[in-house]
Amino acid sequence: MTDRLWFLIPEFILLAGAVVCAIGGLSNLAAIRRKVGFVACAFLAASCIAVPFVYDPTRVAESPALLPHVGGYVKFFAALTGILLVMTSGGLMDRKYEHAIASGKDTFDTLRSSAGEYHALLLLSITGVMLICEASDLIWLFLALELVSLPTYVMVAMSRWSKVGQEAAMKYFFLGAISAALMLYGFALLYGATGTFNLNEMAVVFAKQRFDGGIVMFGQIGLILALVGLCYKIAAAPMHLYAPDVYQGAASAVTAFLAFVPKTAGMLAIIILLSLVGWEGGLPKSIEMMLWVVAVLTMLLGNIGALLQTSTKRMLGYSSIAHSGYMLIGIIAGPPLGLIAVMVYLVIYGATNTAAFSTLASLSRDGKPVDSLQDISGLVKSSPAAATSFALSCGSLLGIPPLFGFWGKLMLFAVGVSAGQLPLVLIAAVSSAISAWYYLRLIGLALLSPLTPRSETVRVTLRWPMIAAILGAIIAIGGPIVLESLITDAKTAFVEPE
Amino acid sequence: MSLWYLILLPLAGAAAVFVGKSTLSKWIALGVSTIVFAISGVMAFQFAPVWGTPNTGLVSHTPWLNQMGITLGLGVDSVAMMLVLLTTLLTPLCVWGSFSAIKSRVKEYYAWLLILETAMIGVFAAQDIILFYVSFELTLVPMFFLIAIYGGKNRAHASIKFFIYTFTGSLFTLAGLIYVAWKFKESCSPDTWSFSILDLVTFASASDGLSPTEQGWILLALLAGFAVKIPVFPVHTWLPLAHTEAPTAGSVILAGVLLKLGTFGVYRFVLPMVPEAVVVYAPAIAVLAIIGILYAALICWVQDDVKKLVAYSSVSHLGFCVLGLIALNPIGLEGAVLYMINHGLSTGALFFLIGMMYERYHTRDMNTIGGLAKKMPVWSFFMVFFVLASVGLPGLNGFVSEFMCLLGTFVSSPDNEVWPGVLGPEYAAISAIGMVLAAMYLLIMVGKIVFGKLKEPDNHLAHASLPSDLSKREIGILVPLALLCLWIGVQPSVLTGAMQGSVEDVLSRYPEIVQLEQPTTIPQMEIKEDQHD
Repeated sequence: MTDRLWFLIPEFILLAGAVVCAIGGLSNLAAIRRKVGFVACAFLAASCIAVPFVYDPTRVAESPALLPHVGGYVKFFAALTGILLVMTSGGLMDRKYEHAIASGKDTFDTLRSSAGEYHALLLLSITGVMLICEASDLIWLFLALELVSLPTYVMVAMSRWSKVGQEAAMKYFFLGAISAALMLYGFALLYGATGTFNLNEMAVVFAKQRFDGGIVMFGQIGLILALVGLCYKIAAAPMHLYAPDVYQGAASAVTAFLAFVPKTAGMLAIIILLSLVGWEGGLPKSIEMMLWVVAVLTMLLGNIGALLQTSTKRMLGYSSIAHSGYMLIGIIAGPPLGLIAVMVYLVIYGATNTAAFSTLASLSRDGKPVDSLQDISGLVKSSPAAATSFALSCGSLLGIPPLFGFWGKLMLFAVGVSAGQLPLVLIAAVSSAISAWYYLRLIGLALLSPLTPRSETVRVTLRWPMIAAILGAIIAIGGPIVLESLITDAKTAFVEPE
Repeated sequence: MSLWYLILLPLAGAAAVFVGKSTLSKWIALGVSTIVFAISGVMAFQFAPVWGTPNTGLVSHTPWLNQMGITLGLGVDSVAMMLVLLTTLLTPLCVWGSFSAIKSRVKEYYAWLLILETAMIGVFAAQDIILFYVSFELTLVPMFFLIAIYGGKNRAHASIKFFIYTFTGSLFTLAGLIYVAWKFKESCSPDTWSFSILDLVTFASASDGLSPTEQGWILLALLAGFAVKIPVFPVHTWLPLAHTEAPTAGSVILAGVLLKLGTFGVYRFVLPMVPEAVVVYAPAIAVLAIIGILYAALICWVQDDVKKLVAYSSVSHLGFCVLGLIALNPIGLEGAVLYMINHGLSTGALFFLIGMMYERYHTRDMNTIGGLAKKMPVWSFFMVFFVLASVGLPGLNGFVSEFMCLLGTFVSSPDNEVWPGVLGPEYAAISAIGMVLAAMYLLIMVGKIVFGKLKEPDNHLAHASLPSDLSKREIGILVPLALLCLWIGVQPSVLTGAMQGSVEDVLSRYPEIVQLEQPTTIPQMEIKEDQHD
C-alpha cells in the first residue's frame, strides 16, 4: 500500500497547496491575500519537481495502475501548464479594487474577491487530472474525473457576475451532471460485463472475451456510454454544444483553464478505457466506428462553427472543439505512436491555447473584459506585444510551420496515415484548411486592421496574463527546439523503458 | 561553405533589421541580401564539379528529430542551384527597388522580405520532405503580410485568398508525402520513419514501390499543392488578385520565385516519384495547361490595368512551363526549367517597370496613361526590351525556353524512339496559339503606354519627388536583369548543358514506362517478334 501512496506525492503537494491557498485567501492581511497566486505557483512548481523523483523506473514497475508510466509525463506537464494557467488568472486581487468596493465605487466581482478559493479550486482540479493517471479501478477513475470537474463548475460560476456568466455556469453544471450520469451508467454496464471494478482484471476479462469471439454486448454499450460521457469533458461532438456558451460566459482565465484541464482529463480517461480492450487487432468495430464519427463531426463542426462567430472567445471555443477532433485521430491510431502524438499535442495545444486566452485575459476595455472581434481590431497599435503573442499563438493553433502547433499536427497526421486512417487524415486536412479562415481573421484583426471605436480604449491592464501570453508565444516559436526531448518523454509514458 | 549560410544569414539580417533603427533598415537589408548573393555566387563556383551531372552538391545533414526520422538535410542539384541563384539575385534587387516606395512600417517590410528569402532558399535546398514543406509553407507568411500591409486597396481580400488557396492545397500535398513516407517505412525500414527526399523518391519510383492506383492518388495530392502555386487553370484565381494588390517587390518575388516553387515541386517530387501516374494523367494536365494558356491570354487582351495584364500573362506563360514539364523528354524539361528562370527575370523586370511607372503616376490604367516614350525614354527602352523578352523575340531569353517547351511537347509522342511521351504535335500546335496571343496583348500594351500621343493623368505632379525618367538606382536594378536576358538568349547552352544531367536523371524511367503504358506500342513489339521468328 505504501507504494500506492508514493506515486501520489505530487497530488499531496497540490492538495496541501489547495489548503494553504484557501486559508491564505481568508487572511485579513491584504499582503497575504495578494500572494495567494504565488503560493499556488510555488506548490505547482514543487509538484512538478517532485515528479521525476517519484517516477523512478524501479518503483514504477510495482505500480498497480493500469497505465503506470503515464503519470510521469502527464503530472509533470499538467503542473507546468498549471503555472501558466495561474499566471493567466494573475492580477485578480489588488488593494485599489478592494477599496473601490468598500467605498461603493466598484461593483462586487466574485472572482476578484475570492482569489484564495479560486486558486484552491484550480489546484484541486489539477490534482484530479493527476489522480486519473493512477487509476486502478473504475471507481477511482470516476472520482478522479469528478474531482477535475466539480471545481470547474464553481470556477465558472464565480468568474463573472453577469447573466451570461450565470447562464454559463448553470449550463456547464447540468450538462456536466448528465454526462457524469451517462459515464457512470456506462461504468455500471462495464461492471456487469466483466464482474470487476479493477481495471487490470477487467482488461484480462476483455482480452479473454475478445479471444472467445468478441466483447459481450453489455461491455460494448458500457464503453460507448462511458466514451460519450467523456466526450463532454473533451468537448467533442455530440457533447460539444455547451462549450461555446460556457467559454464565452466564463472569464478568459477560467476559459483557458476549461479548454485545457478537463480536456486533458478526458483524453487520459479515454486512453485508459480503450486500453481495457486494447488496440491489438484493431479496436472493436462498434467503438472504432463511434470514435471515427465523433472525430469527424468534432473537427468539422468545430471549425465550421468557428467561422460564424463574432465573439473572439466563442471562436476560440469552437477552435478548441476542433482540436479535440484532431487528437482523436491519435487515439484511434492507438499505441504507442498514436498516444504519444496525443500526449505531445496536448502539451503543445495547452501552451498555445492558454497563450491565446491569456492575451484576452490581460486586456480590458474601460474596465470590462474584451470579447467581440471588434475589440481586438488594431490591437497592434495599442499593444504590439499583446498583438504579436496573440497572432503567434493563433498561428501555432492553425499549424503554420515552423511554429510548434505544426509539429503536433504533423505527428497526428503521420500516425493517422500509418494506422491506415488516410480518409480521416484527409478530413482533418480539409478542416484545418477551413480553420485557416478564422485564425487568419484573428491574426489579421490583431496585426493588420485599423482601430475601431470599440477597440480604441482597449488596453493591457493585467501584467501576469500578459507575461503568460508572451511565454506561450515564446513556446510557440521555440518549442520545436525541444520537440525531440518532448517526444522522448511522451514515449516513456507508454513504452516500457528497457 | 554550407547552404546554411544562405538560409541563416537572411534570418539574422531580418533580426538585425528588426532591432536596428528604421532609417537603417533598408541599408541593412540591402547589405545582407547582397552578401547572400555574393556567397551564393561563390558557391556556384564551388559547385562546379556538379554542374551537368545528376549529382547533388553542397550536401549537409544535420540530425534533428531522430524519432520521427526528420533531418535538416540540405543539398542542391544543378536545377535547384540555378533557382537558388535566381532567388539570391532577385532579393537584393527587390530590396533596392523598394527604397522609394515603402514609407511606412519600414522595418517590418524589410524583415519580411529577408524572411521570405530564407524560406525560398529553404524550399530549393531542402533534402528532407518536412524541411521542404516547412519552407514551402513559410513562404506564405511573409508574403501574406507583404500583401496585407503594403498592398493596394483590395489587399485584405487578396492576401487572405492567397493564403487560404495555397495553404489548403499544400495540406493535401503534406498528406500525400506522409503517405509515401509511411509506405516507405512499411516496406523498407520497419523501425524508423524517413523523410529524406532521396530515400522516398528512390523507393516510390522503383517498379515495386507504389501501385498504379496509389500513384494516381499521390499525384493528385501533390498536384493539389503545386498546381495552386504554379498556378494551373482552374485554381489560378488567387494569382491575378494577389499580384495586382501586392507591392512591387512582392509582385516581383511572387512572379519571380514563388510561382516556381510549384513547378519546382513538380520537377522534384511529381516527376520522379509517381512516373506511372504522370504518364496516365499527362494528357489531362496538358489540357488544363493549354486551357490556361489560351484563357489567360484572352483575359490579358481585354485588361486595362497593366499590372493585372502582366499577372494574367504569368498564368498563360506558366502553362508553357507545365507543358514542358510533362513532355517527358529532356528538351521539354530543360525548356521548362529554363522557363522558370526566364520568366523570373523578364516578368520580374516587367513588374519592376510597372512599379516605377506607378510611383510616378499613381495609375496603371492604360486608358489614362500613354505615349510615355516622350517623357521617359529610358523607362520605355527597358519596357520594350522586357516585353520583347517576354513575348519570345529570338535572341532574347523567352524565345529559347518557349521554343524548347513547345518542341518538347511536339516530339513527345509515343512513336518517339529515344524519349517517347504521351503528348504530341496537336498539343504543341494548339498551345502555340498562345504565343501569338502573347505577342498581341503585350505589344498592344506597349503600343498604348509607350508609343502614341503622350497622355498623363492630371494630378501626377503631386508625386514628383522622383525624377521624371528613371533614376540611377532604378537603372541599376534593371540592367543586370536585361544583361541576363540577353545572355541567356544568346547562349542558352550554358544553362541547358549545366542542367542536362539532373534532367535526364529525373526522366530516366520514363521511356520504359511509356512503352509499357501505351497500347499503340504493343502491335509494334509483336511485329518485331514476328521478324525474329
